[in-house]
Amino acid sequence: MNDGVPILTAMTLTPWIGGCLLVGLGARHRSLARGVGLGVSLITLALGFLAWAGFDPGEGGMQWVERHSWIPGLGVEYVVGVDGLGLAMVALTVLLVPMALLVSWTLTERVPLYFGLVLWLEAGLIGTFTALNFFHWFLFWELCLIPAFFLIRLWGGPDRGSAATQFFVYTMAGSVALLLAFLALFLATGTFDFGRLAELGGRGGWAARFEENLDWGGVSGSTLARLVFLGAFLGFAVKVPVMPFHTWLPSAYAEAPTGTTMLLTGAMSKMGVYGILRILIPLFGAEARALLAPLLWLAVAGGVIAAATAFAQRDLKRMFAYSSVNHLAYCLLGIFAAVGAGGEAGRLDPERSMALGGVVVQMFNHGITAAALFAFVAFLEQRSGGRRGIEDFGGLRRRVPVFCGLMGAAVFASLGLPGLSGFVGEFMIFKGSFALEPAAAATAALGLLLTAVFLLTFLHRVFHGPLNPRWAGMADLGGRELLAVVPAMALMLVIGVVPQALLGVLKATVTRWVGDWGP
Amino acid sequence: MEWIRDHLWWIPVLPLLAAGVSALLPRGWRRMSAGLAIGSLAAALVLSVLALGVSLGLSGMGSVNPAAVNFRWLDAGLGVVRLGWVLDPLGACMLVMVSLVGLLIFSYSVGYMAEDENFTRFFCFLALFAGAMLGLVMANSLLLLFACWELVGLASYLLIGFWYQKPEAAAAARKAFITTRIGDVAFFLGLVWWYAESGTVLFYDTGAGCLEPRALDLLSGRTTILGMATATGVALLLFVGAIGKSGQVPLHVWLPDAMEGPTPVSALIHAATMVAAGVFLVARVYPLMALGGGDGPSAALQAVTWVGAVTAVFAATVAVAQTDIKRVLAYSTVSQLGFMMLGLGTGGVAVGMFHLLTHAFFKALLFLGAGSVIHGVGGEQDIRRMGGLRRWMPVTFATYAIGMMALAGVPVVFSGFWSKDEILHAAHAWPVSQVPFCLALAGALLTAFYMTRQMAYVFFGAHRGAGKGEPAHPPHESPRLMTVPLGVLAAGAVGLGFLGTPAWPGLESYWTGRPAEFDPGRLLAPEAVSLMLLSAVVVAVGMGLGWWLYGRRPITQATEPDRFAQRFPATFRLWQRKYGVDEFYAATVVRAHGLLARWGDWVDRWIWGGLVLAAGLLAVGAAWVSRFLDEWGVNLGFDRGCGGLRLGGWRLALFQDGRVQGYLRALAMGVVLLVLLLTWGTR
Repeated sequence: MNDGVPILTAMTLTPWIGGCLLVGLGARHRSLARGVGLGVSLITLALGFLAWAGFDPGEGGMQWVERHSWIPGLGVEYVVGVDGLGLAMVALTVLLVPMALLVSWTLTERVPLYFGLVLWLEAGLIGTFTALNFFHWFLFWELCLIPAFFLIRLWGGPDRGSAATQFFVYTMAGSVALLLAFLALFLATGTFDFGRLAELGGRGGWAARFEENLDWGGVSGSTLARLVFLGAFLGFAVKVPVMPFHTWLPSAYAEAPTGTTMLLTGAMSKMGVYGILRILIPLFGAEARALLAPLLWLAVAGGVIAAATAFAQRDLKRMFAYSSVNHLAYCLLGIFAAVGAGGEAGRLDPERSMALGGVVVQMFNHGITAAALFAFVAFLEQRSGGRRGIEDFGGLRRRVPVFCGLMGAAVFASLGLPGLSGFVGEFMIFKGSFALEPAAAATAALGLLLTAVFLLTFLHRVFHGPLNPRWAGMADLGGRELLAVVPAMALMLVIGVVPQALLGVLKATVTRWVGDWGP
Repeated sequence: MEWIRDHLWWIPVLPLLAAGVSALLPRGWRRMSAGLAIGSLAAALVLSVLALGVSLGLSGMGSVNPAAVNFRWLDAGLGVVRLGWVLDPLGACMLVMVSLVGLLIFSYSVGYMAEDENFTRFFCFLALFAGAMLGLVMANSLLLLFACWELVGLASYLLIGFWYQKPEAAAAARKAFITTRIGDVAFFLGLVWWYAESGTVLFYDTGAGCLEPRALDLLSGRTTILGMATATGVALLLFVGAIGKSGQVPLHVWLPDAMEGPTPVSALIHAATMVAAGVFLVARVYPLMALGGGDGPSAALQAVTWVGAVTAVFAATVAVAQTDIKRVLAYSTVSQLGFMMLGLGTGGVAVGMFHLLTHAFFKALLFLGAGSVIHGVGGEQDIRRMGGLRRWMPVTFATYAIGMMALAGVPVVFSGFWSKDEILHAAHAWPVSQVPFCLALAGALLTAFYMTRQMAYVFFGAHRGAGKGEPAHPPHESPRLMTVPLGVLAAGAVGLGFLGTPAWPGLESYWTGRPAEFDPGRLLAPEAVSLMLLSAVVVAVGMGLGWWLYGRRPITQATEPDRFAQRFPATFRLWQRKYGVDEFYAATVVRAHGLLARWGDWVDRWIWGGLVLAAGLLAVGAAWVSRFLDEWGVNLGFDRGCGGLRLGGWRLALFQDGRVQGYLRALAMGVVLLVLLLTWGTR
């Protein structure tokens, strides 16, 4: 077994230390900062490879576990570990950061600070995806917010001030709700450990325990349980985001420097779904099932509306932002469908496993695809002096065929073309959830059509038709740019054709969930 | 047998690999790209012929287990998805047809696209197209079929929009993808529904496949909403997919626009690949389509029949009023696809697929002939500005005439007659209604009519292009690279019919697994003879009318109004406008979608955004209140306190300013005060 080897801590600390070094560096050391930043992110990537290679795919529980006592009086331990989900998310993070740094290469303002903040963000993300005790999990969760806020605030577009504030306030409100929910849990149980909390409350619900241990002015235990669940849900829903808690997202994605947007959509939006899978469902299974129908339909309606709304966007970054909302709604569809059913002596267990496996695959694939799409938008912005309106271009394919070909492939991966990664997750989610919740799945399928409409319209307006003479001198992708996107594109193809490459590490975890999350 | 079954997967993979390699080739490597595409497809053809040879020895569909190879594709722990391929008569003859027609079109394209700067890319896309279609045909899993189906859609998108700088081509490509995507989403839902019901979407799996009796029996008893049989629901969803792909009414709108692609692409789409996929799907899942319905035809098959019959006539009428040489052919494809669906619905797999095969040859022939014409007259596509071309392009004329007669269904010699006759026969015997049969007859009449009209416009009469009579740049015959494929296809358009005559129903017996016997007596059975006569009369009337209108008196002016329009102007205008279907969709579906998008954006900006703004304002307001309280309550008291202290300090400081006279004054005053106090106090 690989427990006790501090590889996860090393993965969190490496970018953290790298970030500290860079932030301390003077603003004039640009190339040094770029080199150090990329180097540190590549070391983290190498550690990620080691963690992946040493992971035992047959074991569904936590691996690479480290456990140290921290504040015994508060039940706080330092516990980290990954299962298939955590490993996939860590892998996604360490893959995306070098990509985002390469895309941000041409930045000239306060380069060391930028690269340092990105590394801090990486540390926060890895910390969030590996922590198993609420205390330091929440610390990392909040820690992600700070570098992200400054990245938007300092390097963002013209409207960055309000976008950064909105982003901060929204996610902060979610975090406060989450914190209050966990304080209630702590008061009722005296522990912050996810595993322990899941054992205590997961199956039976919290009503009885709250009734017994909390006396808050006559509020009944079941009301309290529901409130606590909703508080936790709000915290995650803002992060995912679930409509209608999503309005921070288009402006934050649009105003953030595009390298940061890649991380926001690629990795940070996964924090929400990760939290739902790691915390909300294991801890609040009973409460979630009681509210399942509204939650499911909230996700489905949000997904379809987001896909339609994307069509009305004129700013490419806003358009892809709505596309992200749509893609992550499929994840929620899969989760809520799988949590709801499951009785009948396990007859539907294969479908639940399919849906849940599809959710994680979709998270990973969306991370890769959306980050690649934003990287292409960044390249476009760098060529057009910041323009990125859908009407600003036209006929670019003639000048930049390689650009068009690769971005086209990413677009088709995003709309779920078989043979590329996007299809695998969507197929698995829909196959599973149609068997479990046919009406919701059928409604959500409308989103598949609407997605194709706006994505093809995008290709049509930007790349096809007569060449806009303004861009007659546009240059095709260069070596550094290819280096940033080609690995991601290769992954899209590999996962699309051989999905087992990813599912291999997930299936034991998914099987365990199916067993644990029964009603 | 074993060998070809286990290595069947090479057939689609070879062209796909060629596409992958040639996607990475630099633009200048033209020969390499074309060589890869043609070589891989030739190898696929050899393998397909081997497979066909083996499959001739197998029994037909449904009687025994076809030779299927399945493998595990993904495994999510408890749920597993398997894919596979199958060698059966239905797939084997499609494999040969697709690779043969594809190969001819590929070699024709070498000539046709010789001047195009993106020649390398063109062959990359062609290879992708052929590979995806071959994969679709041999898939043993509805999921694999769907995956290839989407790849076929992608390839057609890339090829229709190949001349992406032309706004019409780019728009047509997008329209094709989105319109077929509507069908694809329905197909996808049908797929996951069927998967949920049967637990598998492998067609054949040694008894456990979803097309095998056990799963079908299981399915047949179930009902869904509104009392509809589940099997019907699934079958209808799949059929909507086929409607999209095969250009049936009401999702036919993309197919005529797809003419914006280069002509070899039109030939490929209309003959061997894209549109054939929908018909093939219905044929592949025929056991599901036929499920239920008691003694008569099932509800799903009735839907197939009606959609097919309506499409056959609808598109034929539109074809009458078109003036673009390729659009006439495009609508004729839509109409013929309707015939195929009608054949599937009323007569079963053998009837529909027979017409698919013969049509593949003569429609590819017609499109390549049209390409040769367009090539010969310097890119002109309007048949009103052609005319008299038989003098300059004899080979094209002869082969086109063969294709035209096969399409019109001229008796005995041409394949179209036999395959259409089978359909009419089946429609006549349909127990539900005779209306589809009458519609089919009307469609056949119109087909003969509009093809004669086209022939008269293009090859007869005076030349009406630039430089009348004897043009300055006379039209020229196309190079051998283009005319040889025409000849081969023409041979197919004639010869293929004899595989399915009533006297020797070779193809039907091959598909159904019954031994074929040569029995000329069946040819002379009274019912067969009367139907053949009827069909011959219909064709003769159609062609006669066409000739009477357009050929009898040669057309001399390009501006001359259409002679049909002179007699029936209102009808002609309606047909010319394609019944306004495009405009109707623009006013309803497209508009609704735009409204929904804007509504979503508006709600985000003003409702949710407004709520956030309100919450923000509330927070700011609270902050102001708190600031006010701070400044006027807490701070003020504090400030006052501070101010008082400061003042006191200042005042106290006055006492210690170091001026001795002041101190003395104070001291003196103090002493005086003290004395006064003491005297006052002690008294």
